[in-house]
Amino acid sequence: MTGVALLDQHLLSVLIALPLVGAALLLFFPRGGDGAIRTFTVLVTIAEFLLSLAVVARFDVATAGMQLVERAPWIPQYGISWIVGVDGISLWILMLTTFIMPITILSTWSAVVKNVKEFMVFMLILETAMVGVFLATDLFLFYIFWELVLIPMYFLIGVWGGERRIYAAIKFFLYTFVGSVLMLVAIIALYFHHHAVTGVYTMDLMKLYELTIPVKLQGWLFAAFFLAFAFKVPMFPFHTWLPDAHVEAPTAGSVILAAVLLKMGTYGFLRFAMALFPAAAADWTPVIAVLAVIGIIYGALVAMVQKDVKKLVAYSSVSHLGFVMLGLFAFNLQGIEGAILQMVNHGVSTGALFLIVGIIYERRHTRLISEFGGLAKVVPVFALCFMVVTLSSIGVPGTNGFVGEFLILLGAFKVHKWYAVVAATGVIFAAVYMLWMFQRVMYGKVTNEENLRLTDMNGREVAYMLPLLLFILWIGVYPQPFLRRMDASVNAFVTRFEAKKQAALAGSPPGETMLVRYFDVKKGGAR
Amino acid sequence: MVNGILDYLWLVPALPLLGVVLNGAVALFAERPLLLKEAGLPLPGGHGAHGHDSSHGTGHGDSHGEHHEAPAYRKLVAFIAPAVVGAAFVVALLCVLSLASRPADGRTFVQVLFPWIQAGSLLVPAALQLDPLSSVMALVVTGVGFLIHVYSVGYMSHERAFARYFVYLNLFMFAMLTLVLANNYLLMFVGWEGVGLCSYLLIGFWYEKRSASDAGKKAFIANRIGDFGVLLAMFLVFWTFGSLTYTEVFARVPLLRESGVLTTGLATAITLLLFLGATGKSAQIPLYVWLPDAMEGPTPVSALIHAATMVTAGVYMVARSSALFLLAPDTMMVVAVIGAVTAIFSATIGICQTDIKRVLAYSTVSQLGYMFLACGVGAFTAAIFHLMTHAFFKALLFLGSGSVIHALSGEQDMRKMGGLKKYVPVTFATMFAATLAIAGIPGFSGFFSKDEILWQSFSSPHGSPVLWGIGALAAGITAFYMFRLVYLTFFGESRMDPEVEKHAHESPWTMTVPLTILAVLSVAGGWVGIPAVLGGSNLFEHWLAPVFHPVAAAGAHGAAAAGAAEGAVHHSATLEIGLMALSVAIALCGIGLAYFLYRVRTGKPAEIAKKWPTLYDVVYHKYYIDEFYEWAVIRRIVNISTGLWQMFDALFIDGIVNGAAGLVRAAGDRVRRLQGGVVGGYAFSLLAGAVLLVGYILYRSVVQ
Repeated sequence: MTGVALLDQHLLSVLIALPLVGAALLLFFPRGGDGAIRTFTVLVTIAEFLLSLAVVARFDVATAGMQLVERAPWIPQYGISWIVGVDGISLWILMLTTFIMPITILSTWSAVVKNVKEFMVFMLILETAMVGVFLATDLFLFYIFWELVLIPMYFLIGVWGGERRIYAAIKFFLYTFVGSVLMLVAIIALYFHHHAVTGVYTMDLMKLYELTIPVKLQGWLFAAFFLAFAFKVPMFPFHTWLPDAHVEAPTAGSVILAAVLLKMGTYGFLRFAMALFPAAAADWTPVIAVLAVIGIIYGALVAMVQKDVKKLVAYSSVSHLGFVMLGLFAFNLQGIEGAILQMVNHGVSTGALFLIVGIIYERRHTRLISEFGGLAKVVPVFALCFMVVTLSSIGVPGTNGFVGEFLILLGAFKVHKWYAVVAATGVIFAAVYMLWMFQRVMYGKVTNEENLRLTDMNGREVAYMLPLLLFILWIGVYPQPFLRRMDASVNAFVTRFEAKKQAALAGSPPGETMLVRYFDVKKGGAR
Repeated sequence: MVNGILDYLWLVPALPLLGVVLNGAVALFAERPLLLKEAGLPLPGGHGAHGHDSSHGTGHGDSHGEHHEAPAYRKLVAFIAPAVVGAAFVVALLCVLSLASRPADGRTFVQVLFPWIQAGSLLVPAALQLDPLSSVMALVVTGVGFLIHVYSVGYMSHERAFARYFVYLNLFMFAMLTLVLANNYLLMFVGWEGVGLCSYLLIGFWYEKRSASDAGKKAFIANRIGDFGVLLAMFLVFWTFGSLTYTEVFARVPLLRESGVLTTGLATAITLLLFLGATGKSAQIPLYVWLPDAMEGPTPVSALIHAATMVTAGVYMVARSSALFLLAPDTMMVVAVIGAVTAIFSATIGICQTDIKRVLAYSTVSQLGYMFLACGVGAFTAAIFHLMTHAFFKALLFLGSGSVIHALSGEQDMRKMGGLKKYVPVTFATMFAATLAIAGIPGFSGFFSKDEILWQSFSSPHGSPVLWGIGALAAGITAFYMFRLVYLTFFGESRMDPEVEKHAHESPWTMTVPLTILAVLSVAGGWVGIPAVLGGSNLFEHWLAPVFHPVAAAGAHGAAAAGAAEGAVHHSATLEIGLMALSVAIALCGIGLAYFLYRVRTGKPAEIAKKWPTLYDVVYHKYYIDEFYEWAVIRRIVNISTGLWQMFDALFIDGIVNGAAGLVRAAGDRVRRLQGGVVGGYAFSLLAGAVLLVGYILYRSVVQ
């Protein structure tokens, strides 16, 4: 097969494989040739990004289902296959992943100086795993990639992290792992169920979508998926691993963690938990909406009183991801499109915020807000970038954050009016904690002599920050190209969700309580 | 082209945006390196190019250093920044003239630029709308804005971060024009928050000063609280009307009213939420507290943003939504009462302030209260009329005070002024004209607009004699504190620092020419709205009639019918003239009292303060509202947040997690002692087996 044909027919598989191949090639690089290793890695990630642009180019706006699908039997006797595809739900999250990678690699130039080769190998394995997560449409394959993400991330935190890196790495690993195991249990239960109904063993997501799963089973399976994804998002009250992981992770780790890894949770809800178990998802909505709203407010309030900039940004993520969850569980077009867009926005803006924090950390080796003050005068270009990213994070109109938050709240308002009202106060708190932090770091007089010796952003730093700023403004001013490519898939999702929910509930008498539906608890005792 | 000049309407906001880009490039590439060099800070080499916004340079306060030849880039900025705004004014003027040549019922021009946000049934275009209401706003904004840009060139001539200042100022013009020209609520909201952002940046322009950055932040957050209301209002509007576009929303009002979808309760909710936004942006009770602090910004900013344009956006938005407000009598009452109470409340604070700009700030809050009083009694035309005249005289008052401050090398305390009229004659004369206008002296612009409001608050079906009484009393207080300001500043013996007095000088022409033009407008600007009872034809009301009385205006004698609709209850001309005379008399009393206290018995004010120390203290400290907010809201939230973080996150959740982890570790240690060897392998197969088993059991148990 020629290279062109390979790309033509196996574009998505190539996208998954390319970083892994890059990682393998890196092994042949001599240790100590750090410059070459860095350059090579950044070239691999740029190539990956350019290749992913072909996905956008070949993406058909009108198609609701999976596109560029590839399927190959893998373990046929168990119904496990290599199936990859992309649709309007995964397209932009995939693009976010390939887009943020070269930026992240560029940011490590002077930040990562020990074991550069191993670091880059882990980064590239991580990219393969992340791309795989968003492209896999076989449940087993998805699970493999899902777990594969954990390993490089564990080492990135545990080896290149800060003082309490071991604690943070283990906490990160255990939290996500506990969730994952529960999900695996549910996957296997679903697998047996499909066999029981159809006589066929399969892990093909599209086949599993066709099932009408009994509502009681839906409830339990959803619960397991919920925990796995809620840990990952992270939703309140499963969030405490996140601040620790962020604070201890190296800048590049934080960027990837915030920009992509958290999206695996929200994406998982949409693609798996909600799509497979619509009746249960609908029943669980009050719980999830309440947790999302608590997360929004709680994350914002706790962010406000942080002393460490990175921790502040980490808690702000809890708040932002609460918005995404609220949008998803509105189950309407505005809410879900807003949520997907906000996943991308959060990746861009919070990724940029962690880069910003990394830039001053590299210079001062501290992230304590009280160590700074008056930086605007010393590092004006940095100040400008920081300001734009801050505005994006607090959702000022004209930036990406506004479009996402508006659509989410608009969608949520239609179905859960009071949740949306409370969530909207998060917009006020966001302004409070971000502007207060910005003021303490950037404004005022320079009180610490060391800050007078700070140098402004260099060419490399400007080069990786600029694309992020560009997208902040682009999505804010003209989000149409992004929204249009979601329409067909999200529309189909909403329609199918409603139909499947009705089908699953067909046997349930109206007015049935949750206790009866899921626990068989009937009035007057057990059955 | 069919629409002629109107097809170039987009240039009105686009020209200031061009200024942002150009000046931004100058700020980034010419000014930034220079400022860093001056400050002895390291210059990084080799930057990539970008220029969306300016960089943050240094600020040296309102103080004035020695003169030296302006670098070329400053001259460039000094040309570009006012030029783009001036050009925008010309385009806006031509567009409005073109619009005026159309028949009254055809004066709504919409220009769709591009689809902005579409999701499902939500279709929001980036589109501009020029109609009589947005015409007035666009002309006031670009006209007064242009004058203030010119003034700024002189006023900021000693400022180091000259280009950065004009980037923000141009950006403000862009945002403000987006706000007034948008054809839908969401795009208006872009401008709405955009002006708030520029306000934040400009209040905190001298960011090295703690009080300045505090004030900027306070303004942004107070505005955000209001924006929360606007956001919710938009959700309600969209899910009720299925659109956010003004023309579509208002056109659907009658139908939805009939079908029972749009209940009075719903209309009340929408309008109250919108009004919450207005109280933030336009500094009304309870969110007014940011505006006095906003005086930390450069004085031309106070004139442009915090007097003439941005703070009136709330009035514009309420007037724009008049079709909805008129459906909600309860909201109307709230608007009128808040407006009236704010008008008198902040006027009383103005009495005791000693900082010249703070007096004007409280005066602005008070005057905005008048405008809301007008809205609340259904007199939207009067509100917009006062908005316009206020823009003239209040901008002039601020610019005049800036000229005084400029002359006195940054002094703002009126106790250290006095006798200035011989040093700054132009400033004095123009400011005096503005003072007569705001005091409501017949013939001056403020007289017509304020009197229209007072008359409507008495005679309109929504009005009442009580509202009139509050308004008239506030007018008297206004006249008092304004003349107090004039007497303390320009009359009497000099109390200036001798060093300062030596340098006291009249401002350069770039500052005095805008003052003079605004003075002419402050005098004559009201003549477009002379009421019929004084023999005028009230052109202004006729012009706005198609917006506020669309049905009536469609008729041949639209405006006449409109007049009838606005003041539906008919009162005699004698009564109108009588009330007018009474309010003028009250104003004259205020002036007389000021004359007595500050010209005749100059020791008296101190005696009064000593006689009622508590009262004086409370008023001087602005009724301790800021302190109350700090105590009741800010401290509480910070304490709760700290508690949540340290108790809930760190102790409770992590306690459970770490406890569980400890248990697992203890169990793991036991297992290791038993087995030894490749524990990982055993554990893994154990886990895998367990997962499979549990999965199967789960499936079996639940389904069967």
